[in-house]
Amino acid sequence: MAGEAQRETSDPIIRVRDITVQFGATRVLDGLNLDVKRGEILGFVGPSGAGKSVLTRTIIGLVPKVAGSIEVFGVDLDSSNTSQRRNVERRWGVLFQQGALFSSLTVRQNIQFPMREYLRVSQRLMDEITMAKLTMVGLKPEVAERFPSELSGGMIKRVALARALSLDPDLVFLDEPTSGLDPIGAGDFDDLVRTLQRTLGLTVFMVTHDLDSLYTACDRIAVLGNGKIIAAGSIADMQASQHPWLRQYFHGKRARAVMT
Amino acid sequence: MNSDPKLERIAKGNALALCATGTWTASFAPVLERMVADAEKLAGSPQSIFIDVSEVAKLDTFGAWLIERLRRSLTKGPVEAQIAGLSANYSSLVDEVRRVRATAVVDSSPVTITGMLEQIGRAVAGVGGTVAGLVDMLGAVLAAGFRVLIHPRSFRLTSTVHHMEQVCWRAVPIIVLITFLIGCIIAQQGIFHFRRFGADIFVVDMLGVLVLREIGVLLVAIMVAGRSGSAYTAELGSMKMREEIDALRTMGFDPIEVLVLPRMMALVLALPILAFLGAMAALYGGGLVAWLYGGVEPEAFLLRLRDAISIDHFIVGIVKAPVMAAVIGIVACVEGLAVQGSAESLGQHTTASVVKGIFFVIVMDGVFAIFFASIGM
Repeated sequence: MAGEAQRETSDPIIRVRDITVQFGATRVLDGLNLDVKRGEILGFVGPSGAGKSVLTRTIIGLVPKVAGSIEVFGVDLDSSNTSQRRNVERRWGVLFQQGALFSSLTVRQNIQFPMREYLRVSQRLMDEITMAKLTMVGLKPEVAERFPSELSGGMIKRVALARALSLDPDLVFLDEPTSGLDPIGAGDFDDLVRTLQRTLGLTVFMVTHDLDSLYTACDRIAVLGNGKIIAAGSIADMQASQHPWLRQYFHGKRARAVMT
Repeated sequence: MNSDPKLERIAKGNALALCATGTWTASFAPVLERMVADAEKLAGSPQSIFIDVSEVAKLDTFGAWLIERLRRSLTKGPVEAQIAGLSANYSSLVDEVRRVRATAVVDSSPVTITGMLEQIGRAVAGVGGTVAGLVDMLGAVLAAGFRVLIHPRSFRLTSTVHHMEQVCWRAVPIIVLITFLIGCIIAQQGIFHFRRFGADIFVVDMLGVLVLREIGVLLVAIMVAGRSGSAYTAELGSMKMREEIDALRTMGFDPIEVLVLPRMMALVLALPILAFLGAMAALYGGGLVAWLYGGVEPEAFLLRLRDAISIDHFIVGIVKAPVMAAVIGIVACVEGLAVQGSAESLGQHTTASVVKGIFFVIVMDGVFAIFFASIGM
């Protein structure tokens, strides 16, 4: 898979061109361009309310856009037909901010839900793969029979990640995966994302506020401001940037604490 | 890039060697599972077992797990099966999968006679629980009401007015329309059947008594149970699910006082108003049909109505309204606060709220009928 990643680096897995999203009179995204390369972990930051989640939701098709085009896996999502779209959807996984687990299904049923829908495999294999996914995200097998309302916040995030990964996607969207976790839990989660990215060859699109995540997990960082990408590059590029918000973000008290 | 996966046995003297090739991913999972099941039977008693995966083009969790499953089932005897030729890219995935503990899947318990009997018993005991819950809520609402009487400033007027708008003002068009139509239908049916005896004019008596005593308030109460009772349950239920009610409690507010009392007040005030409007609309509709279909002139209708109806009939109807409203409100709030964490539970309790609300409204109507009959009204 590494060879494959090398070969296709030039070909972005997500290509966003000139998209504009508007809610009433407020323009949230204004002619935004973004490329996500295959096999990388892209950290996506920006001030609260800048539209990070809106961009994620626009890419996965939950928010309608006014203008622009979005290509995922080389498929233009506007001109694609239903079967192409389903094919793309089968290859990505989404971790929502609040987990968005199906509250009336158990953890096991939540993780098996996409498998049941897209794959024709035996119940035994589904159960075993569920256990494998739970182990991968660092949960005990006993959790499988619990309902989402019986889980802690960190466990919900982990189960939601396991569900996002249940079809072995090529691309995962993580919307603030470490928010609401304790620092140790958040650090574990970053390691987990890195490990999974390495083992499964994932591309990760991660909206985050967590400076630790940016330093430890992300290959590249994109910054959103005023409806556009104001900077994109490595953590070193970000620190070198003269943009006032970036300076504040990467040279503030908390950032210095992380760097040392 | 994708090629059909294969698992072949390559003879190597005393050793069992299997060679996996092709794409071992989720999309081929059914084929892979069959191949692995076939290969598991080969065990025998070889001196060494190898699974060669160097030719695997692509591997994901499904493929890696199936290889691991094969390895485990071949390792029954004293000889441990080895995975050979693993490329660096996939070794971490295989290591990851190796950590998985195979746990037996728990089957859901089978249906038994005792189990069914147990369920019946629980359901019967649940009826008692329902009644206790309603009485409990009634007590809590009354206690909150007395507290508000002592400290009138703690009464939530804005909230009450808001709920009045929701359950009363916004309900007027649909309530008036439906009761109007029911009035029309009653009058039409009455005229149609009474005409045979030449008793057309008695349709006015029937309409007046029926609408004012029973139909007006009962129909409106049933509609309010469906419209507002369900809304109360869904609102309180989703607040419960999102821990908003716990939040109120920790801030030192009584959820009964903040959430339930304004809703109950709004409903208790709204239902008599709606019942009155509904009764008027039904009489109007009935009068219209009597005129256009039965040839009863409006003046004759009104004269007859004045003779047939006394204020008692109206009082009998309208007195029931606040009581029915209280029943609907209490049932809805009890169900709303009983919602557990899942969407399914919210649906079940909303259904239960409407069903129980309507049931208790009809029970109350029966109780009132007995009461008014015995006091001669």
